[in-house]
Amino acid sequence: MELGTRKLFDRSFSFVSALAIVLMALSLVILLGPLVVKGSGAFLFRGTIEHRQFMLDKFGRGDREAVEAEAARAEAARAPVYDLLRMFEARLDTADADFRRQYRGDFKDLTGLIGELFGPVPGGEVPVLLRQQYGQTRWDRAQLKLREILMVEEYDYSDQSQMGKKVLKPRVDRFEGTGLEPLFSMLETGARDMLGPRLTLYHRFLFDESFDSHFFGGIWPELLGTVYLALGAMIFAIPLGIITAIYLAEYAGESHLVGLLRTSISSLAGVPSIVFGLFGLAFFINTMKISESKSVLAGALTLAVLVLPTVIRASEEAIKAVPVTYKEAAMSLGASKWRTILTVMLPAALPGVLTSIIISMGRAAGETAPIIFTAAVSVGKPLAVWQTLTQPTPALPWNIYNLATEHEAVDEIRHVQYGMVLTLVVLVLVLNLAAIIMRARILKRLRG
Amino acid sequence: MGGENAPPNTEDAVIASDENSNAPLARPAPRSRRPGTEAGGEPLIRAKDFSVFYRTKAAVDKVTFDIEARKVTAIIGPSGCGKSTYLRAINRMNDLIPGCGTSGMLSLEAQPLYEPNVDVVALRKMVGMVFQKPNPFPKSVFDNVAFGPRIHGQAAGERLAEIVERSLRRAALFDEVKDRLGDNALGLSGGQQQRLCIARAIAVDPKILLMDEPASALDPRSTARIEDLIGELRGDYTIIIVTHNMQQAARVSDMTAFFYEGRLVEFGSTDEIFTKPREKETEDYITGRFG
Repeated sequence: MELGTRKLFDRSFSFVSALAIVLMALSLVILLGPLVVKGSGAFLFRGTIEHRQFMLDKFGRGDREAVEAEAARAEAARAPVYDLLRMFEARLDTADADFRRQYRGDFKDLTGLIGELFGPVPGGEVPVLLRQQYGQTRWDRAQLKLREILMVEEYDYSDQSQMGKKVLKPRVDRFEGTGLEPLFSMLETGARDMLGPRLTLYHRFLFDESFDSHFFGGIWPELLGTVYLALGAMIFAIPLGIITAIYLAEYAGESHLVGLLRTSISSLAGVPSIVFGLFGLAFFINTMKISESKSVLAGALTLAVLVLPTVIRASEEAIKAVPVTYKEAAMSLGASKWRTILTVMLPAALPGVLTSIIISMGRAAGETAPIIFTAAVSVGKPLAVWQTLTQPTPALPWNIYNLATEHEAVDEIRHVQYGMVLTLVVLVLVLNLAAIIMRARILKRLRG
Repeated sequence: MGGENAPPNTEDAVIASDENSNAPLARPAPRSRRPGTEAGGEPLIRAKDFSVFYRTKAAVDKVTFDIEARKVTAIIGPSGCGKSTYLRAINRMNDLIPGCGTSGMLSLEAQPLYEPNVDVVALRKMVGMVFQKPNPFPKSVFDNVAFGPRIHGQAAGERLAEIVERSLRRAALFDEVKDRLGDNALGLSGGQQQRLCIARAIAVDPKILLMDEPASALDPRSTARIEDLIGELRGDYTIIIVTHNMQQAARVSDMTAFFYEGRLVEFGSTDEIFTKPREKETEDYITGRFG
């Protein structure tokens, strides 16, 4: 090949490699960017007076007098709205049947929506559900609700050849000539005074219990459950994995049976996690009966089985990579085999072993399928350590799925879901970062 | 398979816990004495028709010779002549190699080494080894030297520190590392690392030191220091050194054995071997005609 061609090939090769790296970085940014932006919305947002009121009522947080004064101001701002509503309601009661038929439905919709925006009417009955006892706690949600009040969704079926088209029409049109029209402009211009949005840092999102299936509060039960599950899985996986790795690396030899064993372990690492979940249900709960039904213990055991292959193979490789000269030196000094393994081989293999352990821990923390059948519930209290033996727990991965699909008000609490995703991702990233740092430190110590 | 006495797997079961550094290798053996006090000048290590096999290939082929206590014995010969294998047979390091077997007789203080009741841990405590490449553990200088005494439960605390210091002094390393005992041993220079390995071997108070080309990975200055060290240790320990370097053998040893293709060609005092060898092969090797 000519020099020119060779150089061209070399250059294009490095160009493609650089391009691959750029693409990877870009996709990472595209992935992580929205995740961070949306997720941080759970921690930092414009909270309304309803949020502050809730925090005061439930946790006694905040300055009671200030919050009550602010609530009073908001109530005063809302008063004209309620006056108009009361007036219209009175008219509805006395009006003729036609009028009633025309406006009753629309009015009910309107009062319902305003109830969702501001909470129950002052002085009225206190609703049973917590979510109906307060108005919108977040300004972004309040604005959506406000738009829902101002504009009504309709479907335009005028073109018969097509499906109905969604069109937004001002709700005020429906109440034309009834005296209720000023209400809409009042809401549009005065919502800020009525709700008092203010930038709020809700760092306790991580450590607060959730109320009324995540309508209020934080994600502490989920976070704690995830930590329990990940640590529990490691309690079982670490000793078993390392002992197995030592056996495979130092005692098993190279027979066909051992080869088969190794292959089986490697294949186990590729088994879909849902299969492990079903296995955990069938084996740990139904057969072994280690708990009545789902429990953190059963979930931790299932996750341990899931990560064991990874721990075993990585630890085995790490032990095998220890220079044979260390082993010879220890043996020549009269160390027995187990002594050599314990005092020389394992410490030297520690960086590799540790890395596999922490990465497995990240995996255990993030796995959903294995805990669906064995450990996870959608709503629960934070557990004490001894309760983990018998009780199921909410956990971040499962609850992310739950909030995204099965929750009764998926749209209302997106911010909680995003917050959970960010928390889980950060948790796993922190674990991996810890692995990298620890590995570097131990390597430094080993290399002198 | 040629091994009549396949190496018994005793090392897994045996745990060295006895305080006595002169523990007998095997239960029926008499209590051993300090080196050099053997009754009637009985040689320390005797090999009689001793062979070592890797699978079916004899790496050491029917070797017969005796090594006396408190002398420096050099084993020379070209690569692959079996000299390292013979050396590693003395502390049974060949047991680590799968498919390795022996025949004939090799004894230490009249105790055959390849018998089922031999306590390998006690044997290796008595027979220290220094390897070709310096192989300190990735631990501190102190922990390296203290490794042996610790696993044998010989000492702890201040007594351990004494042993470490004495061993480092004996290996002519103490002054260089006394301020860095806590530092990682891998930070030392190659020559220092090798002397550390010698100190580590000395720390368990062995009678015999096996050295497998201890200076071949070192620069000339470090080599000279190792050779000086061997001269200083002579008399206290029985040293058996395998070397490629014939000048080195001539400089440091009292006795020399020449191995060729697994056979012992000639064994005698170093002076004789290097000045008037009996065998043609020895002469050819020493004068550089092959090897």
